[in-house]
Amino acid sequence: MDTAKHRWRKFENGLMQAITCGCALLVITPLLLIFYRLIQSGFGSLNWDFFTKLPAPPGEAGGGMANAIVGTLELLAIAAVIGVPIGVFGGVYLSEYGSSRLNRWIRFAADVLNGVPSIIWGMVVYALALSVSPAHAYSAWSGGLVLGMIMIPLIMRTAEEVLLLVPGGYREAAFALGISKWRTIVQIVMRTALKGIVTGVLLALARVAGETAPLLFTALGNQFWNHNLSDPILALPLQIFNCANSPYDDWKRQAWAGALVLLLMITAINVGVRVLTRDRMKQSNR
Amino acid sequence: MPPNEEAKRPAAPAKPAVAAAPALAPAVAPAAASTTAATAAPAIAVKGLSVFFGRHQVLKNVSLEARANAVTAIIGPSGCGKSTFLRSLNRMHELVPEARMEGEIKLFGQDIYNRAVEPVIVRRRVGMVFQKSNPFPTMSIAENVTVGLRLNGIRGRDVLAERMERALRMVALWDEVKDRLNAPAVSLSGGQQQRLCIARAIVVQPEVILMDEPASALDPIATAKVEELILDLKNSFTIIIVTHNMQQAARISDYTAFFYLGELIEFDRTSKMFTNPSRKQTEDYVTGRFG
Amino acid sequence: MQATATTQNMNALAGQRLSQRKFGDRAFRWFTLLMALSVFVLIVLIGVKLASGSQLALNKFGWHFLTGTKWDPVHENFGALPQIYGTLVSSLIAIVIAVPLSIATAVFLTELAPLWMRQPLTIFIELLAAVPSVILGLWGMYVLVPWLHDHFYPSLKGTFGYLAIFSGPISGNCMLSAGVILAIMIVPIITSVSREILRSVPGLQREAAYALGATRWEVTRLAVLSYAKRGLFGAVILGLGRALGETMAVLMVIGNTPQIKASILAPGTTLAGWSALQFTEADGALYLSSLFELGLVLLGVTVLVNALAQLMLKTFAGPGVKPQH
Repeated sequence: MDTAKHRWRKFENGLMQAITCGCALLVITPLLLIFYRLIQSGFGSLNWDFFTKLPAPPGEAGGGMANAIVGTLELLAIAAVIGVPIGVFGGVYLSEYGSSRLNRWIRFAADVLNGVPSIIWGMVVYALALSVSPAHAYSAWSGGLVLGMIMIPLIMRTAEEVLLLVPGGYREAAFALGISKWRTIVQIVMRTALKGIVTGVLLALARVAGETAPLLFTALGNQFWNHNLSDPILALPLQIFNCANSPYDDWKRQAWAGALVLLLMITAINVGVRVLTRDRMKQSNR
Repeated sequence: MPPNEEAKRPAAPAKPAVAAAPALAPAVAPAAASTTAATAAPAIAVKGLSVFFGRHQVLKNVSLEARANAVTAIIGPSGCGKSTFLRSLNRMHELVPEARMEGEIKLFGQDIYNRAVEPVIVRRRVGMVFQKSNPFPTMSIAENVTVGLRLNGIRGRDVLAERMERALRMVALWDEVKDRLNAPAVSLSGGQQQRLCIARAIVVQPEVILMDEPASALDPIATAKVEELILDLKNSFTIIIVTHNMQQAARISDYTAFFYLGELIEFDRTSKMFTNPSRKQTEDYVTGRFG
Repeated sequence: MQATATTQNMNALAGQRLSQRKFGDRAFRWFTLLMALSVFVLIVLIGVKLASGSQLALNKFGWHFLTGTKWDPVHENFGALPQIYGTLVSSLIAIVIAVPLSIATAVFLTELAPLWMRQPLTIFIELLAAVPSVILGLWGMYVLVPWLHDHFYPSLKGTFGYLAIFSGPISGNCMLSAGVILAIMIVPIITSVSREILRSVPGLQREAAYALGATRWEVTRLAVLSYAKRGLFGAVILGLGRALGETMAVLMVIGNTPQIKASILAPGTTLAGWSALQFTEADGALYLSSLFELGLVLLGVTVLVNALAQLMLKTFAGPGVKPQH
């Protein structure tokens, strides 16, 4: 055995381990830096005013992002109402019914939709809103609609995956008992897969909660409270963008605070979802 | 060479039950000789081997010695620890995260589990052939055969070509592939791929070759070729082969070890194991009463 | 007598329930089918709305839209070449930076890392994937770009200033900054898809290499990476598709100047970024239509790239691997 060659091989092995490790650590560094800066610059501004007051007029100090936070929640609610039923039951069709040929096309279409940049969705819904009701082209409805549309193909694929994991034996047992197919699906299959479906929905919500570009074309933003869903509405990502681009220090400070709130919200959902699915993962990982 | 077919007549000293045995062995067996007639250092000496996966104990206190330049067969029903035993001989079981072993294994007198010994070195001296042939699909036939050599720093084109040809001739594949050495290895048939994998293993000149049911995925003709090959190879290497096919064990091995539920029940010359085993469990297994 | 009456009753009941059940089944099936068909509706909607929205501009400019370099609202002359150029160049820079890092990380996570490191690292990478574009843009604007401008770009120009791509004045908000931010954004997706690909390499291949006495890295090199080549390429294309469509983070650091410069230290713009920015300025039908045409071009490019990626992933992946987005 050539010991020089062998020593090189050992060295190379260790070197590659070190290099790839370095790359992995480098890759997660931005996440840590971002969190650090958000906390550093934003935490101090998280006071009662921030959560309860409207944005102050340009140039004035103080104010908050109350309407932005509430606006995001409203938009997410509308989006969920649109996106969840269509996505979930569409996923049901894919997993429980359908010819393999049709299903393949549906899946392909869903994959294509998942690759469409979010700004395009914004343009499309703007054009739609314009043709439906030109006076109210910018509204909470269109904002919620665009977010819901983005969620549809996302939830559909996740729901299908999760439903397919339900063992066929459950369905067979139900049929053998004489339970109708639709009842079997709703009361047995979907209930078994509920945790996975909820996980998929939460992750989709977390994803659209951070979207800004489509809202530029639909919700537009609103410096005041939105009292009518046919009016423009402010959302957290929009306000972060506005504040970041403003020349006023006070607004810039609030941008960091808003970003911190948004990121914490999204991270909490992601981490929470992981905790929920941990036992499921343990079972399927071996 | 297939063993003597004429041994169908019952051997005189054999018990009646064994006479009906499907296993074929030479009728004239040497008088129940002791197994450890080995005078040379055994190729592999296993002492008190126990293997655990997490808390589950798969092998219990196994001890045996495999003679050099002989074929030792490992037989037993499914789940008895045959494959685990084989893999502990080249430290491949360590690839499983929760694996743990106790005991001692020596390769020609050298402890292979010594802290100073690296698995990489052990595996160079103890080669392995798997149940399902696994040539590297992105490499050609030639590249597959020489990959072991190239890993060890042998780069000279002539040296590689010469050793490759020698290995391919040994596995009786040379004539079939010499005109298409650059074709992808996966373009060969199943039997050819398995012989290619054997060539890949022997080209680095290991001292011991481990085979884990090497012919179980092959058709009878390919199987016969592989068995012929094994009998040839034992002149240059020590071979330890796991098989669930008892007839195969009887055909090609010199010694046989019978495992059951993680324990070594009996280890003896093949001829004795199949005609006059010492343990009842062995007899039950080779006569097909269970397994 | 009574027996037959009861049997008749039961049959009637059963018949009734059967037709009810059949109705329920049929209705539910149609309902879910309708929901699933919505994806086709959405695709048609996108196509129709973008096409009709860009109709004016398509008619007015024709192919010149793709080759024109001026964005002139006053004379109503719009050309998209700088936007196309910027999209391609910033995405290319992102790929060059992200691909080696992502694949190395994926290799580390699946093959080389000690077990205790794998889960935490994976979680961090998934969290990075979840960071919204606007927050990355905010951080990019106020943290990354100033740092690059003060510390990195001068030394870059100092050492390599003779190259065309580093010529001219340094601007903090430039193509390179956009490329870096995009790289940070696409690393998670390339890494996670690559991990799936690497994990799907059959264990038997790895064992073949181990049995030959290969070291861990050699096993990775011989048995895993070469086997997974095509799938890894698909993962890269998927990342490219994502980079092409990114809007917010890019527009916050790229400088938003519709120009074509050889230097990547000069500001530029992208299809997505420019559309977002100009939307509120659009004060004429043609202006708006031109923005829609920008969207159309972007849609065409991203759909093609994503389709290519899916094709590569599907032809590589075995039955156990699902293509991710």
